[in-house]
Amino acid sequence: MAASTVAASELIKSMNKQMSTLYPIASCVIRRISTTSARRHSQSPLTAQSDSQQLVGVVGLEIHAQINSNTKLFSGSPVRFSAPPNSLVSFFDASLPGTLPVLNRRCVEAAVMTGLALNCTINQKSLFDRKHYFYADLPAGYQITQQRRPVAVDGTLTYSLLGGKQRNQVVKKNVHIKQIQLEQDSGKSLHDDARSHTLIDLNRAGVGLMELVMEPDMSCGEEAAAAVRELQLILQALGTCQGNMSEGQMRVDANVSVRKPGEPLGVRTEVKNINSVRYLARAIDYEIQRQIDVLQRGGKVQNETRAFDSKSGETIPMRDKEGLQDYRFMPEPNLPPLIVYEDNASLPAGTDACQAVVVQEIRDRLPELPGVKRDRLVQTHGILPEHSFTLVNEDGLVEYFEAVLKATRKEPRKVIGWVTKELLGRLRERDMSVGQSPVAPLALAELLELQETGRISSSVAKQVFQEMWRSPGKTAPQIIQEQDLGLVSDMAQLHDICQKVVDAHPDEVDAVRNGNKKVLNKLMGLVQRETKGRADPVVVREILQEKTS
Amino acid sequence: MSAFSLCVVRKTIRASCVQLANTGLSVIRGVNLSCQQSTRVCSSRAHHSKVPQVPTWEPVSEDQLPTPAQVSGDLVDKLERLALVDFRTKQGLACLEKAVRFADQLHVVDTSGVEPMDSVLEDSVLHLRNDTVMEGDCAEELLRLSKNTVEEYFVAPPGNIPLPQAEERTKMLKHSEF
Repeated sequence: MAASTVAASELIKSMNKQMSTLYPIASCVIRRISTTSARRHSQSPLTAQSDSQQLVGVVGLEIHAQINSNTKLFSGSPVRFSAPPNSLVSFFDASLPGTLPVLNRRCVEAAVMTGLALNCTINQKSLFDRKHYFYADLPAGYQITQQRRPVAVDGTLTYSLLGGKQRNQVVKKNVHIKQIQLEQDSGKSLHDDARSHTLIDLNRAGVGLMELVMEPDMSCGEEAAAAVRELQLILQALGTCQGNMSEGQMRVDANVSVRKPGEPLGVRTEVKNINSVRYLARAIDYEIQRQIDVLQRGGKVQNETRAFDSKSGETIPMRDKEGLQDYRFMPEPNLPPLIVYEDNASLPAGTDACQAVVVQEIRDRLPELPGVKRDRLVQTHGILPEHSFTLVNEDGLVEYFEAVLKATRKEPRKVIGWVTKELLGRLRERDMSVGQSPVAPLALAELLELQETGRISSSVAKQVFQEMWRSPGKTAPQIIQEQDLGLVSDMAQLHDICQKVVDAHPDEVDAVRNGNKKVLNKLMGLVQRETKGRADPVVVREILQEKTS
Repeated sequence: MSAFSLCVVRKTIRASCVQLANTGLSVIRGVNLSCQQSTRVCSSRAHHSKVPQVPTWEPVSEDQLPTPAQVSGDLVDKLERLALVDFRTKQGLACLEKAVRFADQLHVVDTSGVEPMDSVLEDSVLHLRNDTVMEGDCAEELLRLSKNTVEEYFVAPPGNIPLPQAEERTKMLKHSEF
């Protein structure tokens, strides 16, 4: 039993290692929530007929977010990603006998701030506990956490996802946050199978984590992915966590079960080893479907931990019954209770100001949260809610959009299409970030201005944009001049072209004359083909009307 | 077995507890102790009156105690696994049962209406540290403590070394039974 537990936990650790080498600093992976598979599933929710009643998925999440701080939770050693092994380790982090924990105020403030942003109740008094387990990258043999009384409880995360038939309606949903607790991260194990030993790097040991527990209020992978994405945006806006899943700054475990609506929760499995939002959606949807299949075949779902294999898209059992795990929680004897104060007035006399965590001060420092930012974009620019969603989801896109707006007279409602379709579409095709765009906001604004003032048609504008993308640095006017894409402004020439079209299509002209005005559009299309889209449609329509009347 | 009265009043414990100087960095306890001792002189004087001058006890008779607990084989298994300590000998089991019996006297203490305390430090202020780098960068020193290293890594066996199965263990420990 013990041996199989060990083998399994080894498996996940080595998988983790594999994953991190397979997906190095791939920030692009996180960016897209709606994958094709998520989309397909959400169109027809993951349900199945069974005894005339449907089985539906139930999803809860546990998220470990690394606190963005200079130093660790209980020691003054630095926090940094990919530093030389064991270079960020103090005597306390290595668990040398006689060392004591000293709590980092920044970590407490980060947890309180995160709690406030998620509408949590902040516990004035919270407690630290030891959770015991044996692993080489946990040198103390226990992790200091907050099991009995966490720093924040009972909050809500509001997230949005696209719903409706055309998937263009923003649907708002809530997930209840059970608690946010402070705890230490463990070190990292690198398994050298060839030489049959494990290399231990304690750089991560003792880094502050916020563990957020989300109640099972979600029903499919897409919802869970959207909730995690929203949390990621909130944490990044707060600066309490950098939220990069591929660097392990945010780690998500999903508790998945299925049941008939209204019935008690089914037996759950825990899916671990998910290192991007996209995989989260896939792993959960796979797991829900797997459980439905098991039940429909008359089987039983086992309470177990499963790992997600991103290559096969499947979840596989990881270790045997959790029931054998006994963490032997006990109060941490070296840390008195953590007290935070509501406001300065509630500080006991004689309290050192730099020793106190004051909730009101942190509340006053809360930045604009993504939800508020979206509402502001909708109100000030009159764009559609789903567009605000797209803008805020993409790092730097709000700034890009607003920079374009400043430099053009074009309406925000027209600019948004260019930014979310032309620009973002191309960026995504190539897995690029907004910052890497070959077309700068001002260059795009210049192009849109040319269209707005009637120098080029909208179809030509798209052509020019394509060219700007292909040859960075070339301005829109340069391209228009080089390829002779400017609107045909010579009225005589336009009249000639129109005349030719009218002469070549007597049947259509007759139809228009007999009152079928729609046929005029066909003639207009023919003219545009002749001019390669360089004719002003309004002018063409006038000329054609004149010639067919 | 000599028995003590364990009627400890919560307040007494609190009063006698020293305000541990929870200062500064995660220091080696030896260093910390010396500074505690310097503060203890004055703080203990202030609380001195609450500490009983002379220890007192009264014997607790066997019939006041619950029936002695039997430690089952399964429980020994679990304890050995959790503690990573083998004690499955007659002597080891006797020692455990004696310890449990000693603790049984706690059942005699009337704790109704008393909120349990989990730390003698629960009334002291938790020291908070500024988020400034003060430590780390001592890989060489730390790695010197390890028997086995590769480059700048500590080396551990692959996974946890599982304890041998129960029967195997009994066989292994047979010689130590008496």
